[in-house]
Amino acid sequence: MPFNILVAVCLTYVILLFLVAFVAERRAQRGRLGWLRSPLVYTLSLSIYCTAWTFYGAVGYAARSGLEFMTIYLGPTLVFVGWWWVLRKLVRIGRAQRVTSIADLISSRYGKSNLLGVVVTLMAVAASTPYIALQLQSVTLSFGVFAAETPEGWALPDQGATALWIAGGLALFTILFGTRNLDANERHHGVVMAIALEAVMKLLALLAVGVFVVWGLADGVGDVLARIDASPIADWPLQPARWAGLTFVSAAAIMTLPRMFQVLVVENADERHLATAGWAFPLYLMLMSLFVVPIAVVGLELMPAGTNPDLFVLTLPLAAGKGKLALLAFLGGFSSATSMVIVAAIALSTMVSNHIVTPLWLALRQGSAREPGDVRGLVLMSRRVSIGAVLAMGYGYYHLSGGSAALASIGLIAFVGAAQVLPAMMGGIFWRGATHVGATAGLLTGFAIWLYALFLPSFGTGGLISPHIMADGPFGIGWLRPQALFGITGLDPLLHAMFWSLALNLLAFVVFSLASFPGPMERLQGVAFVNVFDQAPGARGWARGGAEAEDLLSMSQRILGTEEAQRFFQGQAAGQGKAGYLPDTTPDFIARLERQLAGSVGAATAHAMIAQLSGSASVSVQDLIAVAGEAAEIKEYSAQLEAKSEELARTARALSAANEKLTELSVQKDAFLGQISHELRTPMTSIRAFSEILMESDLSEQMRAKYAEIIHEEARRLTRLLDDLLDLSVLENRKVQLNIGVANLHDLISKAVTAASNTRPERNFVVQRDFSTEHMPVFTDTDRLVQVFINLISNSRKYCDAERGVLRIEVKRRGQQLRVDFIDNGSGIPKKAQGLIFEKFARLTDTSRAGGAGLGLAICREIMANLGGDIDYVPGQGGAAFRVTLPLQRKVPPFDRSGAAQADLNDL
Amino acid sequence: MAQQHVLLIEDEPNIAEAIRFILTRAGWRVSLHGDGSDALALIRDAAPDVLILDLMLPGRSGLEILADLRTDSALAALPVLMLTARGQGRDRDAAERAGASAFLAKPFANADVLDAVRRLAGGQV
Repeated sequence: MPFNILVAVCLTYVILLFLVAFVAERRAQRGRLGWLRSPLVYTLSLSIYCTAWTFYGAVGYAARSGLEFMTIYLGPTLVFVGWWWVLRKLVRIGRAQRVTSIADLISSRYGKSNLLGVVVTLMAVAASTPYIALQLQSVTLSFGVFAAETPEGWALPDQGATALWIAGGLALFTILFGTRNLDANERHHGVVMAIALEAVMKLLALLAVGVFVVWGLADGVGDVLARIDASPIADWPLQPARWAGLTFVSAAAIMTLPRMFQVLVVENADERHLATAGWAFPLYLMLMSLFVVPIAVVGLELMPAGTNPDLFVLTLPLAAGKGKLALLAFLGGFSSATSMVIVAAIALSTMVSNHIVTPLWLALRQGSAREPGDVRGLVLMSRRVSIGAVLAMGYGYYHLSGGSAALASIGLIAFVGAAQVLPAMMGGIFWRGATHVGATAGLLTGFAIWLYALFLPSFGTGGLISPHIMADGPFGIGWLRPQALFGITGLDPLLHAMFWSLALNLLAFVVFSLASFPGPMERLQGVAFVNVFDQAPGARGWARGGAEAEDLLSMSQRILGTEEAQRFFQGQAAGQGKAGYLPDTTPDFIARLERQLAGSVGAATAHAMIAQLSGSASVSVQDLIAVAGEAAEIKEYSAQLEAKSEELARTARALSAANEKLTELSVQKDAFLGQISHELRTPMTSIRAFSEILMESDLSEQMRAKYAEIIHEEARRLTRLLDDLLDLSVLENRKVQLNIGVANLHDLISKAVTAASNTRPERNFVVQRDFSTEHMPVFTDTDRLVQVFINLISNSRKYCDAERGVLRIEVKRRGQQLRVDFIDNGSGIPKKAQGLIFEKFARLTDTSRAGGAGLGLAICREIMANLGGDIDYVPGQGGAAFRVTLPLQRKVPPFDRSGAAQADLNDL
Repeated sequence: MAQQHVLLIEDEPNIAEAIRFILTRAGWRVSLHGDGSDALALIRDAAPDVLILDLMLPGRSGLEILADLRTDSALAALPVLMLTARGQGRDRDAAERAGASAFLAKPFANADVLDAVRRLAGGQV
C-alpha cells in the first residue's frame, strides 16, 4: 500500500467532503432542503459522539480494560432511550430561545448573564482543547502506521508537520462552511451533511474490519466467542463503581459536550427528528461497538506483543496484507477525527465569539458609534479567528504534549469537564428557583476541582503539578491532595475527581440558588425555560398557577403601557382582596387579563402570549394564522381610524371657525345693543329733563314753547330711530316684502331729489344731472330704490363741506348692470373711515348736525342687497362718491317669496 | 362768596341746555362745551369747581379726558360727575376706575343732577 496512494485517497476524500458540504449549502440556500433535514441525517450527525477516540480507542480500551468501554456507549443509549424527554425539552428550549451554544443556553437561562457565558466558554475550551489534540494525534498516528509499512522508507514528513497540515485543512473547511452566514438559527447544512457522510464512512469501515476479523482472520462467530473466552478480557473484573460512574458521565457528556449540544440542539431542524434518533442513534452505537471486542481479542492474539492496541483496527488488515481494507479503516478513523474537530471548532468558536470577543470589542468601542453592519462583519470575523485559534490551541497542545500517552485518557477527562455544566443545565430547565448566582458558584466550584483533581494530574506526576503536592497536598495539607480530597483515599482517580467535582458543584449550585433571588429577567427566562414543555394543546381555559403574576404584569406593561397595566392588575388584586399589583393567577383572572390584552393585540395574539408565559397551552399554526389575521384587521381598522380622525380634525377646525365667528358676532351684538341703548337714551334724556322742567318751573311762555319744541323734536327723533331699527331688522333678515314694479329711472331720481330737498333746505346746494342718460325702465321695488337715493342725496346735503355744494348724479349701463353714481364736491370721507360707513351707528360727525342715528347707509346697503344690487363708496372722485349698482334683469333672490311671480314678469 | 362754577362737556345740545337750565336756576354759573378733542385745555383754563363730563363725546371720549385729568396735579382733585347714555354696568366701573367722583346714567332726574353737583362742590370746600 504505497503511501502516496494513501495521500491521494485521503485528498480525494477531503475534496468529496468539500463538495458534499458545498452542494448541501447551495441547496439549503435555495430552500430545497428536502432530505437534507431528514431524521436520518440528524441521527448520523449525532455520531460525532464517536470520535477517533472511540473509533481506534475503544479497541484499545477493550484490550486494556475489558468490557468497560461499553459504558461510553451505554450512557448515551440510556439517555436516548429513557431520557428522550429531557432531550426534547432541550431542543424545544433551544428553538424557542434561539440558543446558539451551550454557553448561550446557560447564559440565557440565568438572565442573559454574560459572566456565565464566559465561564462556560472557558470551561468548554479548556476541556475541548486536549480532546482536539487527541484527534490530531490519532490521525498523525494512523499516518505513521502506513508510513512504517512503506518499504522505500517514504519520506514521511515529520509527525508535527502532518498534524499541522491537518489542523490547517480542518480550520479552512470549518471556516468555509461554518461561517458562511450568520443565520439566526445557526444551522450549518453543509457541515451537517459532510459529517453525516463521515458517520457512514466510519461505521462502514469499522463494520468491514470487524467482518474481516471475524470471518477472515477467525473462523466465524463460534471461533471468536471461544477466543474471547480464552482471552484475558473475559477475566477482567467488573468494577461496579467505575461502570456506574462512567455510564453516568458519558450520559451527561452527550448533552453537555459543546459539539454534542451543537448537533443535538442547535443544528436540530425538527423536534420530531428526535423520535427517530431515539432508536436509530443507540442502534448506531451498538453497531459501532459490535466488533470492538472481537477485534481486540484477535488483535491481542495475532499481533506481536507491544503493538499499540489502539491501532488494531489499522494494523490487523495491514498485517494480513489487506491494504484496501486498511485504507477504508484509515478513512473511518480520519472521518471520526475530522468530524469531531469541525463541529467542536464551530461550537467553540461560536461561544468564544459570542461571549468573549464580541462583548469585549463592543465594550472597547463603546465610545464611538458604529452602524449595525459593522457588528455583523465583526461577528463573522471573530468566528473565523476563533476557529483558527481553537485549532491552533489544539495543535499547540498536541505539539507541547508531544503526543504523550496522557492523551489516551483525555477523552474521559473531557467528559468529566463537560459534565460540570450538567447541574446548571438541568436545574435551569427543571427548577425555576435556580439562580445565576447558584449556577456561577456551581460551575466555578466544579471546574476548579476538575482542574485540580483531574486535568492537571493527568499530565502525570511531575507534569504540570509537582510530585510534592500530589503526595502531600498543597502546603502539606494532606486532605487537599489532588487525588485524595478530604482524606478519601483508595478511590479511582477519575471517579474521585468526578464525584467531588460534581457533588460540590451540585451542592454549591443548590445552596447558592436557594440563598439568592433571581432578577426579573432571570425570572422571565426561568419561566420560559422550565415551562417550555408543559402543554395542553387546544385548551382555551387556563390552569391555576401556570404563570407568575409578575411575569404577566411585565408582559402586560409592554402591551398596555405601564400605567394602564398596573391599574388593571391593582384593580384585579383589589377584587381579590389583595393589596399591591399582584393578584393571584386564578383562571378567572387570567381569562380577564386575556380579554384585556385582546383589546390591544387581538384575541389570538393575547392567547398566544399568555400561553407562552403560563405554558399551559401550545401556540399552534392555527393560532399563528389567527394572529396574522388579527394583525391585518388591526391594520385595516387603524387606517379607518386615521381617516376618521382626519375627518374629526376637519370638523373641529370648522367648529372652531364657527365658534370664533359666534364670539365675534356676540361682541358685535353687545356693541350694537350698547349703541341702541345710547341712541334711545339720548333723546329720552332730553325729553325727561325738559318734561320735569316744564312741570316744576314758572317759565315764560316763550321758554315753555321752546322747551316743548325740544321735547317734540326729540320724540320724533326717537320715533325715527325706532322706525329705522325695525326697517333694518326686517331688511337684514331678508323678510322684507318687496313691491316690484316698473318705473322710469329718471322719474325715480327726480322724486328722490325733491324729497331730499327738505334736508337742510337753507343750504346752497345744486344737483347736476344728465337727463338723456336717465331714461330707462327699471324693474325693482321703486320705493326702496328711491329711499336709497334720498338717503345719499340727504347725506350729501348734510355733510358736503363745500361752500356751494354740488352733487353730480351720473347714470351708466355696464352690460346687464345699471350704475348710478352720486359724487359731491366736498372733501370726501377719510380713508380710514371708508370701510366703516356702511356699519350700523357709524356716525362720523356731530349728531346734532346729522340728526340721525347713523343707520342710514346701513339701511341702504341692506336695501340694495335685497334688490339684488349693491352700494359702494368710490374713492378718488374728488368728493364723497357713492355708487349704486342694480341688475337690469332683476335677479330673484332665493329667499324672496314673491320670486316666482317676478320670474314670470321678467319673461315678458 | 363768589358764584360757583360748573363746566359741562356734553355734545347733545338739548341735554346740555337742560342741565344748564337746572344748575343756573339753582344759582350756579354754567359754561358749556360740546367737543372732546379740546376739552382738556378748556378745563385747565376754566378751572371749574365741578366738572360734568359726558362719556361719549365726538373727538375724544370722556374716559380719556378723565384719565388725563387725574394725572394732572392741578386738576387731580377736581370733582367730576360722569354722564353716560349707554347705561351699562361696565361704563360705571370704567368711570370709577378712571377716577370719576360721581356717576349718572341718562336719562336722569333733574334733582339727581343737582344733588350730585351740590355734593361734589361741598366735598371740595
